[in-house]
Amino acid sequence: MDRITARFHVTWPGFTLGLDLDLPGRGVTAIFGQSGSGKTTLLRCIAGLERAERGFLSFNGEVWQDDRTFLPTHKRPLGYVFQEASLFPHLTVLGNLRYGLTRSKAEQKVSLDHAIELLGIGALLERKPERLSGGERQRVGIARALAVSPRLLLMDEPLAALDLARKQEILPYLERLRDELEIPVLYVTHSPDEVSRLADYLVALEAGTVVAQGPIAETLARIDLPIRLGEERGVILEGIVAERDERWHLERVEFPGGSLWMRDQSIPLGHTVRVRVPSGGISLSLEEQHGSSILNMLAGHVEEIGDDDHPAHSLVRVRIGETVLLARLTKRSVAALQLRPGVPVWAQIKSVAVAR
Amino acid sequence: MTMFLESGDLQAILLTIKLATIVTIILLMIGTPVAWWLARTRSCWKGPIGAVVALPLVLPPSVLGFYLLLAMGPYGPVGHLTRALGIGALPFTFWGLVLASVFYSLPFMVQPLQNAFEAVGDRPLEVAATLRSSPLDTFFTVVLPMALPGYLTASILTFAHTVGEFGVVLMIGGNIPGSTRVASVQIYDHVEALEYGQAHRLAAVMLIFSFLVLLAIYAWRPGARKG
Repeated sequence: MDRITARFHVTWPGFTLGLDLDLPGRGVTAIFGQSGSGKTTLLRCIAGLERAERGFLSFNGEVWQDDRTFLPTHKRPLGYVFQEASLFPHLTVLGNLRYGLTRSKAEQKVSLDHAIELLGIGALLERKPERLSGGERQRVGIARALAVSPRLLLMDEPLAALDLARKQEILPYLERLRDELEIPVLYVTHSPDEVSRLADYLVALEAGTVVAQGPIAETLARIDLPIRLGEERGVILEGIVAERDERWHLERVEFPGGSLWMRDQSIPLGHTVRVRVPSGGISLSLEEQHGSSILNMLAGHVEEIGDDDHPAHSLVRVRIGETVLLARLTKRSVAALQLRPGVPVWAQIKSVAVAR
Repeated sequence: MTMFLESGDLQAILLTIKLATIVTIILLMIGTPVAWWLARTRSCWKGPIGAVVALPLVLPPSVLGFYLLLAMGPYGPVGHLTRALGIGALPFTFWGLVLASVFYSLPFMVQPLQNAFEAVGDRPLEVAATLRSSPLDTFFTVVLPMALPGYLTASILTFAHTVGEFGVVLMIGGNIPGSTRVASVQIYDHVEALEYGQAHRLAAVMLIFSFLVLLAIYAWRPGARKG
């Protein structure tokens, strides 16, 4: 019964939201979309901060909202991280952390000490929020939400109000949180970077409706869904850092079916890492190439061919063992190589295009 | 003090302080829910109720006093009630004065509180709700501490305004020593009797008091700048 079932219908002047979602009750689910797509409204409906006129919500079998019931927010076993940390200005950091802690009757799945340690805020406890930096404030906000030992963690663009350096400061903490705590997280974002680094499951929203949902790697590799994270379409591979080339500053990531060289991003050997492989960074050839500048050559076969946004381009899905890649080619090349499902090919992946 | 002021003046000052203290305490209890409602509601009644609360700001005190006198009189609704309860008539008593002052000073309590509640905004309430705090709990542990400057301003203004009241006192309370003869009325009496020296001394006490009150408010304000 580890599922979150949510059906909401909201009509406001100039905005409609009609969603029917069945989300996994574990891991990080990214709710991805442009501003105005309804992602924050969805999160607020799940928290009970907004009341959809027609709605149904059940969490792991418990009904939080239907035609007759509406569980008020303070009785829902959740934690919520707002876009701005929104710390209580009249309390110290510790006072903020203890506020929810003393009111939660739930078993302490996350101890206060653990939350403090996880977010690295031990040195800030006696300070007032006005004396914290933006990044510190948001870390306290996250720890405060964890300290109530939530059974569901809702995060509304927790990094959107921060600059790039602060984002890089907090992302590793969020990765630890995902890896160490067994709390399902709904993570609202419009940042491709955060999706690829954090999400296990993806829900893409557009103008109040769901355009795609499913496990992250599988969903991004589908040609029929118009979903892309950044400038162009691409897939996410999860692998383990297996080798480091000190001289040329490269790291080799092993994934089921092969391995890839990418630039050294100081990820320790043996660590799991996710890399984004954009479709424009891949070319295909019928034979193994020699004398090429491309470091990564992987043997596989064409699985599916579809259209990309521009009429000149095709998207070709290539299977390499258990892994799939999306390659963006011109239609002329597809015709010239006579590509069709089943044709064996060599995928050449530019290392400079691959990133964490 | 007794050398400086005669005993009648001292009695009037003590009565004034007692009246202002009781009125401030009663208005803290009445003003809080009224201001909260005005700050949070989206009802169409917000405008009319807000206007009624603000009426004493513009109404001549004699008009307000006149209507209150009619209401508290033996044939008025309040008069009926007090007689049925066996309290007797309220006009020309201390408690009649308290009731009138509560109406008269209402906007001085409600408006600063309403501003303070509006400044707190929705977000802290939402945050508290996600931290398992019930609405009542949130009011006392989040709203009240955050609106504390507003409470101080409202209490000082209410107290000072009650001290300064004159027209309503004359209409409702008359001029009974020890019961309804407050400082402002006492000064009026001194002037009527051509006792300018005594009027001066009492007036000076009131002037200094008013200045200190305003100084306290303005000196305290910079604290709000930090935000």
